[in-house]
Amino acid sequence: MTPTASPGRRSRRRRPLPALPQILPYLLCIGSFLLAWQLLSVALGAARLPGPINVLIDTWDPYISQPFFDDGGTSKGLGWQILISLQRVAVGYGLAAVVGVSIGGLLGLNRFAGKGFDPIVQVLRTVPPLAWFPISLMVFQDANTSAVFVIFITAIWPIIINTAVGIQEIPQDYTNVARVLRLSKRAYITNIVIPATVPYVFTGLRIAVGLAWLAIVAAEMLKADGGIGYFIWDAYNAGGDASSSQIILAIVYVGIVGLLLDRLVAWVGRKVSKGAA
Amino acid sequence: MTTPAGLITVDAVTQVFPLDGGGNYVALKGIDLDIAEGEFVSLIGHSGCGKSTLLNLLAGLDQASEGGILMNGRQVTDPGPERMVVFQNYSLLPWLTVRQNIALAVNTVYPQRTIQERREIVEHNIQTVNLTAAASKFPAELSGGMKQRVAIARALAIRPKLLLLDEPFGALDALTRGNLQQQLMQICQESGLTTVMVTHDVDEALLLSDRVVCLSNGPAAGIGHILNVPLPRPRDRLTVMDHPDYYGLRGELIHFLQEQRRLKQFVAINR
Repeated sequence: MTPTASPGRRSRRRRPLPALPQILPYLLCIGSFLLAWQLLSVALGAARLPGPINVLIDTWDPYISQPFFDDGGTSKGLGWQILISLQRVAVGYGLAAVVGVSIGGLLGLNRFAGKGFDPIVQVLRTVPPLAWFPISLMVFQDANTSAVFVIFITAIWPIIINTAVGIQEIPQDYTNVARVLRLSKRAYITNIVIPATVPYVFTGLRIAVGLAWLAIVAAEMLKADGGIGYFIWDAYNAGGDASSSQIILAIVYVGIVGLLLDRLVAWVGRKVSKGAA
Repeated sequence: MTTPAGLITVDAVTQVFPLDGGGNYVALKGIDLDIAEGEFVSLIGHSGCGKSTLLNLLAGLDQASEGGILMNGRQVTDPGPERMVVFQNYSLLPWLTVRQNIALAVNTVYPQRTIQERREIVEHNIQTVNLTAAASKFPAELSGGMKQRVAIARALAIRPKLLLLDEPFGALDALTRGNLQQQLMQICQESGLTTVMVTHDVDEALLLSDRVVCLSNGPAAGIGHILNVPLPRPRDRLTVMDHPDYYGLRGELIHFLQEQRRLKQFVAINR
């Protein structure tokens, strides 16, 4: 109520500037990884496996230096390609979040439905993302919609499961408080169910964003115009001198973006769940 | 034992729990107890003797398998704010501040009061347990003793007819426990609150109670002994031990508990 003691105050720690001893492990380990890669590249020949230096030289112009060039058609900078992929993920993942939390909420609150639908959820959640692709192509008759659907159907299961589990796992202490105070159903949901479940929901959302990013790249490799997955497959098919370097650069970008997405969802989760986590 | 003047009547209560592997566990058997208005009663006994089970029945969180519990002559069928519980592990909502935790209770129980009145009740009860400085903190930022004070303030704020305490000071260090016992005693006495407290601390029971109800060992625990504590009030935890009757009463309780322990070992050996 008064802003004197916000929950953020606890997490703020004094952190000294990144002095050499702090970054030494990173320098050493990442340095030796790059070195080993470069040596492997030398051994195999740069044409088969470009080393980190080859990748930098081959892709500097235009892929690293100009992430947002646009030569029309699908010939775009990697920044654009990633944004195209992110846009598809945003639509599919956003839908999955809304639908997943709603379905998970119903399955968690209603024991009968939770029990009855559980086998379906358990079977469908193990289906690999790309197994959905053919059937969604047949249903939607459109590559872009299908890619979005694949994201949706891949991302939704961990969200459903974690939301439902979060509701079922509300500690009895809290429900006892609600019972003794005779909280109304509505007050119970807003004061206890939602705050107690938020950390679980965000665990689901975090797993889901990783899966969604995994699936989009694969889906775009199969059938799409534009997107980072398309770029990788296109580079492979082009088979030019710099193709391997372009693919490796794209992989690095995919990894970094995936990491950022994961951290973003985790950060939002911490912000939203306050003292509950 | 059935004077109708009591606030609470526990009438031939037996509580049976079904076991996972089939069969039943009889936790309590044939409990009869009357509690008068304004009385402070402690339930004491070894672990697993069904103290907390009886407290949950009084709260209405569970229903007795046989027999029943009457409050002012009406059967207790569900939990409600007139029988407020201070749970063993505080049960504060971690996403609400101290003030919000208490306000949730006050707003729920007094919907007809004005916002201003409700706010005053909340602030008054925060003051009662000396937590004004911590009112905007979250439970995770508080010590165990402070959390317990919040839980007590939350319970007192809604003016229950019966206050139920489940080992309220069990997890606290000796100093904090002593201070809180003194505070609780004052509050209960000033407001004439009827209180039932589960404890396994003999001195705590003697300091706070008018009567100490000793439960025999489970399964099928019953009331083994009821000890009246006629020590004069107001009591003080530092001087109560100087009363000539204190060690006699204490000896009686210790004797009962030791006898129960021997019985327990005897049963275990002969199994």
